Amino acid sequence: MLPYLGCIFLFLVGIYAILTKRNLIKIAIGFCLLEYAVNLFFAFIGYKKDALAPIYTNVQQTKNFVDPIPQALVLTAIVIGLGTTALLLSVAIRIYEKYKTFDIKEIKRLKE
Amino acid sequence: MIELYILLIVAIGAGIVAVEIKDLLASAISLGVVGFSVAIMFILTQAPDLAIVQIVVEVLTVVIFVGVILKTTHIDTTLEDRRDVRDYLTKGVFVLFGIFFLLFSISALKEIPHFGQPIMKIASHYLVKGFEEIRAANQVAAIILDFRGYDTLGEATVLFTSVIGVLTILRKIGKIK
Amino acid sequence: MTIIVKTITKLLVGLIFLYGIYIIFHGHLTPGGGFAGGVIISASFILLILAFGSEELKERISYIYSSIFESIGGLLFVLIALFGLILGSQFFYNFLPKGKVFMLFSSGIIPLCNIAIGIKVGAGLFAIFLAIAATRFIMKE
Repeated sequence: MLPYLGCIFLFLVGIYAILTKRNLIKIAIGFCLLEYAVNLFFAFIGYKKDALAPIYTNVQQTKNFVDPIPQALVLTAIVIGLGTTALLLSVAIRIYEKYKTFDIKEIKRLKE
Repeated sequence: MIELYILLIVAIGAGIVAVEIKDLLASAISLGVVGFSVAIMFILTQAPDLAIVQIVVEVLTVVIFVGVILKTTHIDTTLEDRRDVRDYLTKGVFVLFGIFFLLFSISALKEIPHFGQPIMKIASHYLVKGFEEIRAANQVAAIILDFRGYDTLGEATVLFTSVIGVLTILRKIGKIK
Repeated sequence: MTIIVKTITKLLVGLIFLYGIYIIFHGHLTPGGGFAGGVIISASFILLILAFGSEELKERISYIYSSIFESIGGLLFVLIALFGLILGSQFFYNFLPKGKVFMLFSSGIIPLCNIAIGIKVGAGLFAIFLAIAATRFIMKE
């Protein structure tokens, strides 16, 4: 159970960044850490002790493979995480262009 | 599996550094360290497909972060401000949430199978059928493109939507005189 | 960028592109597949833009072309699935002959789907990079 707890600690670091930080780039870094932690958790669920990667080769034909289904689910999730981060950062660029700062308290105050 | 625990500690340490440090460029590079340790952990748990995708995606993420930071500002100016009551309130809310989340997750993690002994009920069926009927050597590719092709179609749609979103938000308006 | 970076980029861009195509084509035999190969192809174009700078004219043309290629990749993927509906009886039916194992032309529609996804992901991520990192601010006075 210890590797699962490591993933949950990484998840909590991400939530700390989103909840308490006031800089927009730090919030975007928190979202990135959240994605990494969840993908790692999925990959840990499919691991089987002393088994091989799920690829058939010419050499051996024993069927001792790790679970391929969590890997198939995480493969697309990693690329979707990149799309989410890019969208967040494009909104951050627009906010800086208009308000000249990344501080979320100033963004609420200046309204012109 | 001692390497796995060492890499987990490195990843959590680099994550804390990335969140707390004042220079924004240094926090982008610490995010790169987290991404690389996650990729090595993917290799240690026998998932080479995921390791390849994680490395290239993480390099692209760091490049985009550095591009944004170089265009705007290097220094996080919010860490030297006066402390409000609101700052202590959010930290208190986070501590409360963290304690509850840890307690619930520990009691939930006792129900799933132990680390290293998955119940491969459907996976054994997929592994046999993937070799004999589809004749593909890479089972993960056979699953995402043949057994579960709908999910790949959904992922292509989500990626298309995010690209459209970025291109619409950052459209160049007006002329540069 | 300095002249060292420009010379090395001229040598390496073709190799990185070729490596991306290799990973896409052997997606059903070795680890990799459409997503990894597509991101590597976009990385080769991003290296070209980073080393040589982007003037206004080159950037606008690359913008248009990468949008067209991304749409072509997405349409190709849906067309392959619809062919499965016409020739077989279900959406995404595997209708090409599946040859012997470990051959390059085996296992049905999986290589074609990999190529379509590779084109789509590569062009999409290059368009995202052009929009974010090569944009110019229009500052208010």
